Amino acid sequence: MSVYDVLQTIIPTAIFFAAPLIFTALGGVFSERSGVVNIGLEGLMTIGAFVGIVFNLTFADRLGAWTPWLALVAAVIVGAVFSLLHAVASVTFRADQVVSGVAINFLALGLSLFLVKKMYGKGQTDQIQVGFDKMDVPVLSDIPIIGPLLFSNAYVPSYIAIALAFVSWYVIYKTPFGLRLRAVGEHPMAADTMGINVAKMRYIAVMISGALGGLGGAVYATIISRDFSHATISGQGFMALAAMIFGKWHPVGAMGAALFFGLAQSLSIVGQTIPLLKNVPTVYLLIAPYVLTILALAGFIGRAEAPKAAGTPYIKGKR
Amino acid sequence: MKKRLGFLVSTLFAASTMLAACGGQGGNNAGGNGKDTFSVAMVTDVGGIDDKSFNQSAWEGLQKFGKDNGLEKGRGGYDYLQSSSDSDYATNLNKLVRSDFDLIYGIGYLMGDAVKEVAKQNPKNHFAIVDTVVNEPNVASITFKEHEGSFLVGVVAGLMTKTNKIGFVGGMEIPLIEKFESGFRAGVKAVNPKAKVEVQYAGGFDQADKGKAIASSMYASGIDIIYHASGATGNGVFSEAKDLKKKDPNRKIWVIGVDKDQAPEGEVKVGDKTYNVTLTSMVKRVDVAVYDLAKQAKAGNFPGGKTIEYGLPENGIRVATTGGNVPENVLKAVDEWKQKIIKGEVKVPTNRKEYEQFAATIK
Repeated sequence: MSVYDVLQTIIPTAIFFAAPLIFTALGGVFSERSGVVNIGLEGLMTIGAFVGIVFNLTFADRLGAWTPWLALVAAVIVGAVFSLLHAVASVTFRADQVVSGVAINFLALGLSLFLVKKMYGKGQTDQIQVGFDKMDVPVLSDIPIIGPLLFSNAYVPSYIAIALAFVSWYVIYKTPFGLRLRAVGEHPMAADTMGINVAKMRYIAVMISGALGGLGGAVYATIISRDFSHATISGQGFMALAAMIFGKWHPVGAMGAALFFGLAQSLSIVGQTIPLLKNVPTVYLLIAPYVLTILALAGFIGRAEAPKAAGTPYIKGKR
Repeated sequence: MKKRLGFLVSTLFAASTMLAACGGQGGNNAGGNGKDTFSVAMVTDVGGIDDKSFNQSAWEGLQKFGKDNGLEKGRGGYDYLQSSSDSDYATNLNKLVRSDFDLIYGIGYLMGDAVKEVAKQNPKNHFAIVDTVVNEPNVASITFKEHEGSFLVGVVAGLMTKTNKIGFVGGMEIPLIEKFESGFRAGVKAVNPKAKVEVQYAGGFDQADKGKAIASSMYASGIDIIYHASGATGNGVFSEAKDLKKKDPNRKIWVIGVDKDQAPEGEVKVGDKTYNVTLTSMVKRVDVAVYDLAKQAKAGNFPGGKTIEYGLPENGIRVATTGGNVPENVLKAVDEWKQKIIKGEVKVPTNRKEYEQFAATIK
């Protein structure tokens, strides 16, 4: 296998692997930038996957090719609503954000499996028939060298994920809304003094994270597993969380980290055919993302610094 | 304020556990009294009785046994308990022991330790374990000759590959899955020594994303048939094959399913034509084995401490042909090899070492 052949298998795989992680990690960035830790990303993905699949199965006959797109919209809405639980518990009632996030994870899996059993009378749904198709991007896929690597055999949501990372960067760093969001996460009292409604900002941020987490889950289920069962979302939410931390709470960084995780995964698969990597046991490549995240947290790779107020509820008037 | 939030969080927890439990429990309500009839029960692993795989198959076997013997579902008849996590196994087994079931099955190799522990504590009760071996005098172990079935689907793959490149995706690198791998490779080797089998392990049975990534790289490297022995990880393999088929319906790529007939998973619609990427499936008849053992135990011949292997002659293993993707001449070859295995003319390897020896005999 030549280097180019290897790249041609690694890169498309890395991209589709990363897409759900990017969406979810961006959700995490919004929430944590506003000062609310969101361990519940896994649960939000589960809900998104559940809604995405059920919507698809229910409406595929009537909506045809539009089904997967509308299923994503449904997952976004339900994800946002579901995350309200986390917002209410951690912003209004000032509950421990980690505990509330864990509760979200439990509730999401229990609720969605319960509903699947009630609706379909079995432990998992059927496979969806209408998904996103692999496609070659017109024109761009004809570019020599890059075309086959980046624009062939790809899924549209992957590109949306990458674009969304830059949109998020713009929103968080270049708009008044983003400034307020960050202010609330760094120093809520100062923000409050300046007339920003801390609770409202945090509610919005948590709901955005719910929407994006749901989107990530739905994309995962639609493209990768194609059905919903207890094993559909197994750890992807936590990988997204790791990507967010490894990306230093920066949208583009989180995207880069997610892509890197995808790359490590696909390298571990293709690695056995590459002379240089042949002698490296695959387990090292498989654990690479997690090891790097721990190193990033421990401060070995630059400094990964969380927003200052992340994890602490804001109590008005308290010093 | 503190109290309110504590209440809220604990309500959330309670609600979620209750919901999970509601989804799981089958119902233990039919209050039984008859100690004179033979009663059987099983504990599923986390898959549940509708996992479209071995738990479901085992439950179908028990249901059939119950029906044939005029038993009722519930205590004193036949029943099941579902485990929602690894920690439920021993608890569920104990619950069934206390309900006086005459024979209690643990389904799946994950339950091996729990069955061993509970069997030691209750030496008078009879237990059975599926897919692994527990060496206790009151436990019967049911295993399958997956290597034989894998050999036969290997024959199909070897005869039908156009590129002479075949893939195998395993869940975890454990002896059980190695049996699938070795048998499969031997089957390919036996009919098509030129074909190369590439082996990859996903590292888990619930990693659909890794399954898809592996399938993607395999199909890209020219592999045209992938046999997966990886549970839900295989969903990813199917999804990749279907997406590729949808993009180019003329491309000849296939998946070989496992445990049950996976033809429904392979269906793909392109325009108004329906294709199926499932070439064949290696079906493990857990229902046959469960039924058979219950029958033996009822007749008073409980094979405690023994391991019963179900293979081709016992109908414990079958090659599914739904979808009609396998041509007549290949089916004929499969049948010939099947007879050779039953007669003992071919000894199918069960691990990599035996495979090397097997491969050395074929030029």
